[in-house]
Amino acid sequence: MSAYKNLSIRQKQIVWAWLFLAIPVLFYVVIRFYPTGTAFVISFQEWNLLGKRTWTGLENYEKLWNDPVFWKVFRNTFAYLLLGTPVSLVISFVIAYHLDKTRFLHGFLRMLYFLPFMTSAVAMAWVWRWFYQPVPIGLFNNMLASIGIPQIEFLNSTTNALPSILAPAIWAGLGFQVIIFMAGLRAIPVSYYEAAKIDGVGWWTVLTRITLPLLKPTIVFIVVFSSIGFLRIFDHVFNMTTNNPGGPLNSTKPLVLMIYETAFSSFDMGYAAAQTVVLFLILLVVSLLQLWILQGDNT
Amino acid sequence: MKRMALSGLTALATLFGSSAMAVEIEYWQYFFDARVDAMEQLIEKFEEANPDITVKMTHFPYADYRTKVAAAIPAGEGPDVVQLFYGWLNDYIEADLIQPLPKDQFDPAAIDAEFFPMVQAMKRDGAYYALPTAVRSLALFYNTRLFDEAGIENPPETLDELVEAAKKLTKVDGAGNITQVGITTGMTAQDHHWWREVLVRQFGGEPYKEDYKTVNYTDDAGLAALNFYVDLEKEHKVTQSGFMDEPQAAFKGNRAGMHIDGSFRIGSLNKVRGLKWGVAELPAGPDGKRSNYSSYWVNGITSKAEGEKYDAAVKFLQYLTSDEAMQLWLDVVGELPAKPSVGMVEANANDPTFGPFIRGLAYANTTKFANESAQRQAMVDMVARIDIEGQDPAESLAAAAAEEQKILDDYYK
Repeated sequence: MSAYKNLSIRQKQIVWAWLFLAIPVLFYVVIRFYPTGTAFVISFQEWNLLGKRTWTGLENYEKLWNDPVFWKVFRNTFAYLLLGTPVSLVISFVIAYHLDKTRFLHGFLRMLYFLPFMTSAVAMAWVWRWFYQPVPIGLFNNMLASIGIPQIEFLNSTTNALPSILAPAIWAGLGFQVIIFMAGLRAIPVSYYEAAKIDGVGWWTVLTRITLPLLKPTIVFIVVFSSIGFLRIFDHVFNMTTNNPGGPLNSTKPLVLMIYETAFSSFDMGYAAAQTVVLFLILLVVSLLQLWILQGDNT
Repeated sequence: MKRMALSGLTALATLFGSSAMAVEIEYWQYFFDARVDAMEQLIEKFEEANPDITVKMTHFPYADYRTKVAAAIPAGEGPDVVQLFYGWLNDYIEADLIQPLPKDQFDPAAIDAEFFPMVQAMKRDGAYYALPTAVRSLALFYNTRLFDEAGIENPPETLDELVEAAKKLTKVDGAGNITQVGITTGMTAQDHHWWREVLVRQFGGEPYKEDYKTVNYTDDAGLAALNFYVDLEKEHKVTQSGFMDEPQAAFKGNRAGMHIDGSFRIGSLNKVRGLKWGVAELPAGPDGKRSNYSSYWVNGITSKAEGEKYDAAVKFLQYLTSDEAMQLWLDVVGELPAKPSVGMVEANANDPTFGPFIRGLAYANTTKFANESAQRQAMVDMVARIDIEGQDPAESLAAAAAEEQKILDDYYK
């Protein structure tokens, strides 16, 4: 106790700061860092949950490198990212840009766009799964059939299935991105637009010279956030293809689903951990790259 | 003070004294309404007959089950008697989670003689490690209303009759879209069992060799079985995989004439209003050969059970595999007795609903899976390659065999 009394005020502040910090630090270490570290360790082992863990070195990573399914899944994961992020970015910007200018029923419209974001992904995926069914139950195909157009295989197709699953996933995240974009738009000082108006500049120049450059921090945030989201896509895929998860023929399987299956239906924990480490590294690299590219030349 | 201490000691002594006489054992199973209900009734009867033993049942959602068992038993906290899927037995033995059943109370020769033959998959080095109360097999469900409508009198007896009946039951709209299938198909449901253990054998093959360690369906029999299966959709156009999302959904919705499924489906079909259905044995093959697939959940004694708990666990397991328990399980859960002495009694074997399943047990085979979902996936992909990508059936069959062999090799290495 006397040791504490002898401290200077600054030192006491530090002691208290650390004391308060200790709780979240401890929480993070136990909940976040410890399991992450364990995952790295398990990725070098063989373990089926029941028996002993045996050390196998790089075997899991070699198996991963030589696994054709992994490379298929790897491509799918990037397909989700490379299709999903730009499409959702453009759509959400267009919606936010116009919604921002709308005065009529503004709040109500904003709510309509935000509603899907709050809906459970599982419920949404099942409804869309029903939309996509073939005749006689699927909504889309029944509509096509009623106007005499041959039905489309949405989910039972190696080419259509991935975009079909991506569509509701994009739609689900749209509300969030629209809200963020609108906040960004509102944060741009009105005086810039007034100045532009006085100078008599067209809307295209206003958009490309004022709005978009000033939205850069918002865009960076949304791109990083939605990229992470698309790289970790799982619920939509799993729930729309539960009969044949990630199918047909692995054409829709993302990395997270592969990890889930390896771990909890094949009980191959070491292999699943190796896949997790790879996903972690991909997420890290993609996020850092985007931050670097989009913020790097922020002059 | 002294007196208080003394009375405390006596109280403690009586406490210990009584606990030495009464044993409590723990039983674990995964959560499934009817199973929990049946087990509660069994425990009640068992405790009545054995007043010195109490059984505490704990159940978990299926998804957590394996993890919980794996974590609890080595820590000395888990169950004394545990329920597991037959396909997990190897993993449980290897991980030292269960112990062999004592040969004096569970005489292997007597079990060989008394139980349906497929339980022999639970035997290692001459000793049984676990035993089922009930088993499941496949049969052909048919929609009696649609059968009447199509003028079919009896369920098909052979595969040829199956195709004929399916043709009469299929309905197509003006644009050529199927609106009612003659028979449901989908390797993702029970069809992979039907193809593997029934069709391949009926066309004269044997799906695996060396105790299910080697894939053996790449021969002519396997190809004939595959062709029969995919021709239902391609050639005869009596089915469509993925029709109404799930085979059982199409059957429940009165949109399928026939449907192959397991005995565990009886309960949920009974709950569908307006659905009238019957059950028949799986149709026989070209030369009259019958086959079926059977699977089951078993009960074993964990390595945690020692001393008097072990003795109590043995008694409990003996009761769980008694004729009385099997009849109760059939009545409550709808799963089939594991012994012919219960299954083949007049009332059960000729029961219009359970009968076809029970008769199927006599010629059923049980696949020893290394990884059931991965091995099923090989079948799913085999049909999808033919269906979606138009691959030649022989090529697709060879690819599936190679894929499955790799899974087996990895497991048994």
